[in-house]
Amino acid sequence: MNIMKDLKYTETHEWVRLEGNRAYVGITDHAQSQMGELVFIELPVVDDEIGKGDPLAVVESVKAASDVYAPLTGTIIEINEELEDNPGAVNEDPYQSWFAVIEISDSEEIDELMDADAYEAFCQQEE
Amino acid sequence: MKKTPLYELHVQAGGKIIDFGGWALPVEYEGIIREHETVRTAAGLFDVSHMGEILVEGPDAEKYLQKMLTNDLAPMQDYQVYYTFMCYPDGGVVDDLIVYKYNANLYLLVVNASNKDKDYEWLLQHRAGQVTITDVSDNYALFAVQGPNAQRILQDMTSTDLNQIKFFRFSSEVIIGDTPVMISRTGYTGEDGFELYLSPDQAPSLWQKILEQGQKHGLRPVGLGARDTLRFEAALPLYGHELSADISPLEAGLGHFVKFSKSDFIGKEALLRQKEGGVKRKLIAFEMLERGIPRAGYEVQADGKTIGYVTTGGIAPSLNKNIGLALIASDYAQEGQTIEVAIRKRSMRALIIPKPFYSKKYKKA
Repeated sequence: MNIMKDLKYTETHEWVRLEGNRAYVGITDHAQSQMGELVFIELPVVDDEIGKGDPLAVVESVKAASDVYAPLTGTIIEINEELEDNPGAVNEDPYQSWFAVIEISDSEEIDELMDADAYEAFCQQEE
Repeated sequence: MKKTPLYELHVQAGGKIIDFGGWALPVEYEGIIREHETVRTAAGLFDVSHMGEILVEGPDAEKYLQKMLTNDLAPMQDYQVYYTFMCYPDGGVVDDLIVYKYNANLYLLVVNASNKDKDYEWLLQHRAGQVTITDVSDNYALFAVQGPNAQRILQDMTSTDLNQIKFFRFSSEVIIGDTPVMISRTGYTGEDGFELYLSPDQAPSLWQKILEQGQKHGLRPVGLGARDTLRFEAALPLYGHELSADISPLEAGLGHFVKFSKSDFIGKEALLRQKEGGVKRKLIAFEMLERGIPRAGYEVQADGKTIGYVTTGGIAPSLNKNIGLALIASDYAQEGQTIEVAIRKRSMRALIIPKPFYSKKYKKA
């Protein structure tokens, strides 16, 4: 399982890449591997406000639909529409396949996210 | 979790193991869609050893089973296989199963793994006459070899002419490789193929032999994920979805396997009432007209009200469409009728179409 050193993580298997007050959000290699081949992705709407822990997107594999949760509170300022046409990109390259960019409204929430080591330990403990 | 004799081989082959009703089984090896296509175009090897087997024997076996099952066993020949239901008095389904007839004194029932204990109890409760009922599930491993190349692959491994085993027939004395098996031309994929019953201790070696022999004909191991998409495309019912204690065979559109012409069987009265009065709900097939994937349990709506629910939904890998089966109010159950499926917060349009989605490629001649 691949975990990127420079990203932050949630217990619901989202990754976060911080660029200033913008947060790119995707799902981890572990998450995509658990789901299997993705066949459908439903993205949020730009300009929507979202709270930490709210459903941000939906990913569907052949077998099931799962929610992707917002790791941080803020406003959706960009979505990766390419994923709608090519959901399999998330399987191939989960850390390049960002779902949405959130403009963060509460930077203190960043401290609640896990670093790579903590996430790795978390995944091992889950198994 | 219970393990089949092939558990270690599944893990070694990279199978993704899940808990399937208490059994540790592979949901996929290399991806559900690829495995699905393998079965449609070449051949797949499935471990379905979790299925339950119950032996019914004795001079009153036929009479007893006629009472327990909805299909009519009277015309059944030795070494024939029937699909049938076992119903409750109210017409709900205890289980759907296949019956193997060795002779009028000896039948093998093959039942759903998750229903096996319940079925066995039900059968014992209603035991009558000179009949012995035995749960022999632990005596059998079960493989399914399914797909257009299935026969070619197995024929290379046996001196028995497999053309002699017709659709829904079986032979109990066939050697595949050097392993004795009971083999039937049956399956759950909508393709031609066979199911092999064998001793659990011989299962790992035969599994590996079939994989080796089948490789040149495109055979690959296939997990439970593709087993479900394959049966779904062929509109074959799955207990707990299209059939249950609350869904009768007539509602599911499977009245063909309920024979009112035979003498009394459990559920006959209730089912006859349903047949004469017309069922209030019907199982229909639909395809989505909007971008969304229907899933089991989603509500189906029309005229602004809820008319039923999706029993199985998903993408159809062979058809590249989003499709579903749904149990809905009979008033709406006409092909060509537009319905709506509640997918998360939205209602998305769908069209009722004929079943099955994928026409079965059985070798019936």
